[in-house]
Amino acid sequence: MHIMEGFLPAKHCVCWGVASAPFVAWGLRTINKRIKENPEQRMLLGVATAFTFVLSALKMPSVTGSCSHPTGTGMGAILFGPAAMAPIGFVVLLFQALLLAHGGLTTLGANIFSMAIVGPFAAALIFKVSRTIKLPFGVCIFLAAALGDLLTYVTTSVQLALAFPDPAGGFTASFLKFASIFAVTQVPLAISEGLLTVVVFNALKRFNPAELQEMKVVSEQEVQA
Amino acid sequence: MKRFQNLILLVLVVALAAVPLLMIKKPEPGPGGKEVEIFTGSDDQAKDVISTIDPTYKPWAKSLMTPPSGEIESLLFALQAALGAGFIGYWLGTAKTRAKYEHALKKTARC
Repeated sequence: MHIMEGFLPAKHCVCWGVASAPFVAWGLRTINKRIKENPEQRMLLGVATAFTFVLSALKMPSVTGSCSHPTGTGMGAILFGPAAMAPIGFVVLLFQALLLAHGGLTTLGANIFSMAIVGPFAAALIFKVSRTIKLPFGVCIFLAAALGDLLTYVTTSVQLALAFPDPAGGFTASFLKFASIFAVTQVPLAISEGLLTVVVFNALKRFNPAELQEMKVVSEQEVQA
Repeated sequence: MKRFQNLILLVLVVALAAVPLLMIKKPEPGPGGKEVEIFTGSDDQAKDVISTIDPTYKPWAKSLMTPPSGEIESLLFALQAALGAGFIGYWLGTAKTRAKYEHALKKTARC
């Protein structure tokens, strides 16, 4: 989902940057408030950040014969709310842009928007909805993390299609081209991310039930069960 | 089933990565004798699509620092993953110990 340095026209870079900045600021405020009120949640914030670090570093092979990486943002979005993931994604993307020549400073805003805003917000929403319709807890986690991951890559395809509409087919033709690279490759990886997030939540449920309950991720009955 | 859930999930993740590796074979070199590369990054492929859609587009910025070789790049990626995995390991260790002692404490309190 990294749009490479310089591969987005300047106007688009500015627009995505302006769109992303308030989310990062909002996220920082959410995190500060949360840690002030519940200092014991600092550890789990670290775990959510670490999870994003690991997953976004793993470039995995996919059925399309190309490689891509999961995002790891769904987990933190479920725990701390989607806004909290914007600054965390910002840190990860900045690290990769500065040291790894992966993504870039000019495209940072666009990349934050797909990985650290759309993905987490989608994940949090899907988690809420699937909890409301009373799907099993593990299924809710899986759907949230996997679809959040996939939608990140759909967003990247939209961003590139907006910047580079096909001369003949326009936005749609261009979107299909980019989506066939990003979104299709991502399907098995999104499934992997969903499964790994379930594994982490199994551990959280076992070792940090009090925190999960406080964060309203699980109810009291579920903790005791 | 519940007991082995995590194990089953992890095996599935490994399988999801292993199946494409085993399934997809490198095609024969093309007419120009050029090696066909497989399992390249999707980010790079997007770059190629951009240049087919708009051949006149020139990237207007360059990365400040590019890893001098593929080795250095994988070093940095490994570092990123290691930092994350290290922290997750630390949490698992402390959380497990904490749960164990809390459990033991409850037991002695009951006696």
